[in-house]
Amino acid sequence: MNFKKQKHSPGKIHSSNTLETYDEMFKRLKKNKKGAFVPFIVAGDPEFETSLQIVKTLLESGADALEIGFAFSDPVADGPTIQESDLRALDSGMNTQKSFEFIKRIREFTSIPIGLLVYYNLIYKKGVDEFYKEAKRCGVTSILSADLPPEEAEEALQAAKKYNINQIFLVAHTTQKNRLDKICQMASGFIYLVSVMGVTGARKEVQNSTVDLIKRIRNHSDLPVMVGFGISKSSHVKDVIQAGAQGAIVGSAIIEIISKNHDKPELMLQKIKKETSKMKEATLIEVI
Amino acid sequence: MIESGKFGKYGGIFAPELLIPALEELESAFLKYKDDKKFNQELEFYLKEFAGRPTNLYLAKNLSQKLGCRIYLKREDMLHTGAHKINNTLGQGLMAKYMGKKRLIAETGAGQHGIATAAVGALFGMPTDVYMGMEDVKRQRLNVFRMEISGAKVIPVETGSKTLKDAINESMRDWMTNVQDTHYLIGSTMGFHPYPTMVKHFQTVIGKETKNQILEKEKKLPDVIIACVGGGSNAIGIFSEFIPDSEVELIGVEGGGHGIKSGNHGATLCAGSEGVLHGSLSYVLQDTDGQICEAHSVSAGLDYPGVGPEHAYLHTQRRARYVNVTDSQALRGFQLLSCYEGIMPALESAHAIAYMEKYAQKPENKGKTIVVNLSGRGDKDMFLAASILGVEV
Repeated sequence: MNFKKQKHSPGKIHSSNTLETYDEMFKRLKKNKKGAFVPFIVAGDPEFETSLQIVKTLLESGADALEIGFAFSDPVADGPTIQESDLRALDSGMNTQKSFEFIKRIREFTSIPIGLLVYYNLIYKKGVDEFYKEAKRCGVTSILSADLPPEEAEEALQAAKKYNINQIFLVAHTTQKNRLDKICQMASGFIYLVSVMGVTGARKEVQNSTVDLIKRIRNHSDLPVMVGFGISKSSHVKDVIQAGAQGAIVGSAIIEIISKNHDKPELMLQKIKKETSKMKEATLIEVI
Repeated sequence: MIESGKFGKYGGIFAPELLIPALEELESAFLKYKDDKKFNQELEFYLKEFAGRPTNLYLAKNLSQKLGCRIYLKREDMLHTGAHKINNTLGQGLMAKYMGKKRLIAETGAGQHGIATAAVGALFGMPTDVYMGMEDVKRQRLNVFRMEISGAKVIPVETGSKTLKDAINESMRDWMTNVQDTHYLIGSTMGFHPYPTMVKHFQTVIGKETKNQILEKEKKLPDVIIACVGGGSNAIGIFSEFIPDSEVELIGVEGGGHGIKSGNHGATLCAGSEGVLHGSLSYVLQDTDGQICEAHSVSAGLDYPGVGPEHAYLHTQRRARYVNVTDSQALRGFQLLSCYEGIMPALESAHAIAYMEKYAQKPENKGKTIVVNLSGRGDKDMFLAASILGVEV
């Protein structure tokens, strides 16, 4: 199915004192018969100011929410594309404090939900309560730690509750029914569905089992489902939204553009704009 | 999961969701087979006939005389493939076979664990892929060949610091992708639950034998047990049997590299702090933000910025004491044991020897009965030792 290319108004960039919740975002999108397009980048890749330009470009493309990673030296749940992104950010001098600073800067021009993707050691080292407190202060909507399953999440959940931040959990193909129930009870904001076996990174197509899993979660819980890991083309975005997911999270596909073009920032931003605009267009729900 | 995998507050299951079912499966298999008669009979058979257990507890007479103590060496260096690693790879490899897994993967630093895994892969007819940092591949060509000749595929890791920690990252990623038919054979008492408990279980054979042997030879328990600690599997293997015997002093020796002050070392317990790395809460070498630092030690087996969670527990409980010796002190240990006893230790084990000498020379320790876990043999390190000592070979 071909979509007519729409022109996006850069008027999307707004500033507001009231930040949008995921709930409000999903409601807004539902009214417009659209799913959420949520790009992921690592804060400060390739360096602070360029990274901020990338965020602005993503907003111009119609990002409905943002996922921002804090760079970590050993990102085991990520593939090579995102690991390199982490290392580029670290090499440019990013650290936890600057990453929070980055969120604050984003908040100067948008009120859409911002989720953090943070490996747990960065949270643990700062102190769980302290980390969530700072996150709240900077306007963070949700936190996801890829290496923090429900078994170890008690302290994080307490802090999330205290500071009114959504704690996001992953669900995978391998997640059994009982566990799915438990995760759905603990999670808030949305369920992050891992669409592939393996780590983050671009894939050719969406697996059939992803479609089944979306349906399985929809039967289990009222929480919206967003699909990530391996969503790298507008057709993937379309597929998972047609299958009933409320949104798609796209990381590696964007970061690959950064990776290949970061020495030519103008070209990089153009390419990101082109690619992500297509993805946003693919979130339109078709009535079959 | 059935158990929490905690040692005090350390350990746990800091794993991506994708791996949880595999860890659950592994835990339940471990709980089942660890007490299974048929499994244990078969494991004992391989430990004896294939690996060469039991190993001797050897009284090092010349060193005993020189230092005025009774110094025993637990000869894990005599095992097939050259180190204690084979105890664990046989245990986990056999379990993987019982579980119906088709493929083994492993990480390796210098290559010892990779070789022990490759041997078991060949023994049980399971394709084996070993992840090894590119830096280590270059430094250890001979070990790469050893693995390859045993039919394993060595996959050089080009990410991050291109050493052991990155090899572990890559192995975890492989496992996440191929979790249904693959067993990840972790080589040390680290990682998410149930690995620290399971690897310890397969290494406790060292301590059990040692206890029987020392009681037979000395009619009493030793005063002290000294073992090197990287991830800490040989140390926990010999310590665990003696943990309830509070009169037995337990000392773990970490890789001091160029000295703690230099910042180039692998002394995680001596100089690190609490953190979460590779699946468990333990001590790690990290910066103030929690970014993991690169470790350094002349011996690849101690060159790791983390440590098994049970050691963090024993450390904070003060049941075991952790010290470190530098690269050059370890070299001295290597020479000492070679020239006094005709036994060339692995550079890892040479750290334990070096500290043993220091310990024995203290007047208050005169006459004590000391057991050193000689975890591996030095063949793998001869080129390195020669080049450090300025000898061309």
